[in-house]
Amino acid sequence: MRLTDTLRFARDAATGYPMRTTLSVLAMSIGVAAVVILTALGDGARRYVVGQFSSLGTNLIIVLPGRSGTGGFNPANAITSTPRDLTIDDAGSLRRLPGARRVAPLAVGTSEINYGGKLREVMVAGSTAEFIPIRNFELAQGQGLPEEDWNRGSSVAVIGAKIREEMFGANPAIGQLVRVGDRRLRVVGVLKSTGQGLGMNTDELVIVPVSLAQAMFNSNTLFRIMIEANSRDAIPGTKDQVMETLKQRHRGEEDVTVITQDAVLATFDKLLGALTLAVAGIAAISLAVAGILVMNVMLVAVTQRTGEIGLLKALGATARTIRLAFLAEAAMLSAVGALVGYLLGQLGAFALRQAFPVFPAYPPDWAVIAGLSTALATGLIFGVMPARRAARLDPVQALMKH
Amino acid sequence: MALIELSGIERRFLLGDTTVHALAGLDLQINAGEYVAVMGPSGSGKSTLLNLLGLLDRPNEGTYKLEGRDVTTLSPDEQATVRSTRIGFVFQSFHLVPRLTAAENIALPMTLAGIPAAERNKRVAQALKDFGLENRADHKPDQLSGGQRQRVAIARATIMQPALILADEPTGNLDRHTGEEVVNLLEALNAKGVTLIVVTHDQGMGARARRQLVMEDGRLKTDSLQTPISNLAEISG
Repeated sequence: MRLTDTLRFARDAATGYPMRTTLSVLAMSIGVAAVVILTALGDGARRYVVGQFSSLGTNLIIVLPGRSGTGGFNPANAITSTPRDLTIDDAGSLRRLPGARRVAPLAVGTSEINYGGKLREVMVAGSTAEFIPIRNFELAQGQGLPEEDWNRGSSVAVIGAKIREEMFGANPAIGQLVRVGDRRLRVVGVLKSTGQGLGMNTDELVIVPVSLAQAMFNSNTLFRIMIEANSRDAIPGTKDQVMETLKQRHRGEEDVTVITQDAVLATFDKLLGALTLAVAGIAAISLAVAGILVMNVMLVAVTQRTGEIGLLKALGATARTIRLAFLAEAAMLSAVGALVGYLLGQLGAFALRQAFPVFPAYPPDWAVIAGLSTALATGLIFGVMPARRAARLDPVQALMKH
Repeated sequence: MALIELSGIERRFLLGDTTVHALAGLDLQINAGEYVAVMGPSGSGKSTLLNLLGLLDRPNEGTYKLEGRDVTTLSPDEQATVRSTRIGFVFQSFHLVPRLTAAENIALPMTLAGIPAAERNKRVAQALKDFGLENRADHKPDQLSGGQRQRVAIARATIMQPALILADEPTGNLDRHTGEEVVNLLEALNAKGVTLIVVTHDQGMGARARRQLVMEDGRLKTDSLQTPISNLAEISG
């Protein structure tokens, strides 16, 4: 039998029994759709987290107070066991490093903002002029913090978009005096609205000079120091320099942790990539189940069409012809199922993206290809047994069952 | 040369622990162009004989020569080719594929043999005309009458221009009048030179054949070539 005839014959056989065809196509499509949607979720989570981390800034090196690793005996440990504060002067000393383009100290706390009788709680970030460019924030109005001596904070503030809206409404905010905690600060800038980000919601943030924030929270230590390296290649070298500089300043004690954005990114990327893979594996089980269903359906088809198989043999069909016809039918069921499932999956991923616009729920290509080919392969593999059974039927016996 | 040459054919079946001799020591020669009726009571081995002649079944012993060629030793696929090109089947219950149209059912042997669509369509169109089915071409079997169905089946059996047509109770599911039509069709084919072997219970139909074989217990009881026809009615009646 010619290939086109085999395919047409298989198609007619499949459409001749709509119920069982629909069921097996449905099972296969659910399997494929599950792979597509679940991997879209997993990969979407990965992209989301990686994207959020990237938006923290580029080529970032971050210094945290306190040591994360456990070191061996260090003479410094014998003298003092409490970690030193990470100070504004520490941050200042890092500005002289050749690999560092920008340095911004960061002190955070919560406080209340008060303007015209309206009061709300806000997150206060104490930093310097370079904080905004390092974090890739953009200003909607006015300007950032002034360039000045880090230890002498002027009484100014840059406020988030949501705070501006709640406090000032339609009135101009720039130049107004607001009360933050017990300080009166002049608003010099308003940040562009960015929506929810990782860690900090900039829309509800008030940025003030770092020394002002420290005074406000009555603390000498910094929450973080952020360093932007000159280039990606400069990150490891600069990281070592930062560590070395701070160690010297802290009398040889490694009481800070230096992390690079790259390392964090790579870790998250790997972690969430593995998660996506695991989810895809789980979804693939449903594909195997669908394959078994296709086999069952084809076995039923062989039983149901025993008379027909006997007739085909009487009319001169070889065992190979019959095997191919049934195999083509199984392949067709799984191919159509895979295609429908792919469309359903893409539709589901599209719906997810519509429902959560910040969440990039796109199925990765490898998952789509793997899902589709697994569906086809299981359909074919599980189609072999029924096809062989059909081809081996005794024509005399088969003809009697009409 | 004989078209069919059976010698020493044995066919045994195991039913439980008893062996049934469906065919025992059968010798038979049928020449090309003959019109043969195979008769006999149920279980006499008629159908087994027909299955053997149609290469659907293999004998336990003996040889079957079709057109001078020993076909019992052929592989299943070689037998399939012989069925495809040399033998046409007509069944009591028509055996049409329900999801295919009349035209597609007629074309089925050609489709299975891998004949190109253009050639198929030409031959099917001619067959539809020959069997008076032109305006039934696109009907499914369940939209056809019994007579029309059997005409489709006969058209299908002849579409590969076989040397031999095997008909198993071709009128068994038809009323007298339609049955008559179908027999006329088959006889017309025989008149054109096709060898026709009909298994039937119907005395009237059996009597129309030029040669009658009466089977009993797997043996050939009478062969009208050796027995005058006048005696036949007595024996099988």
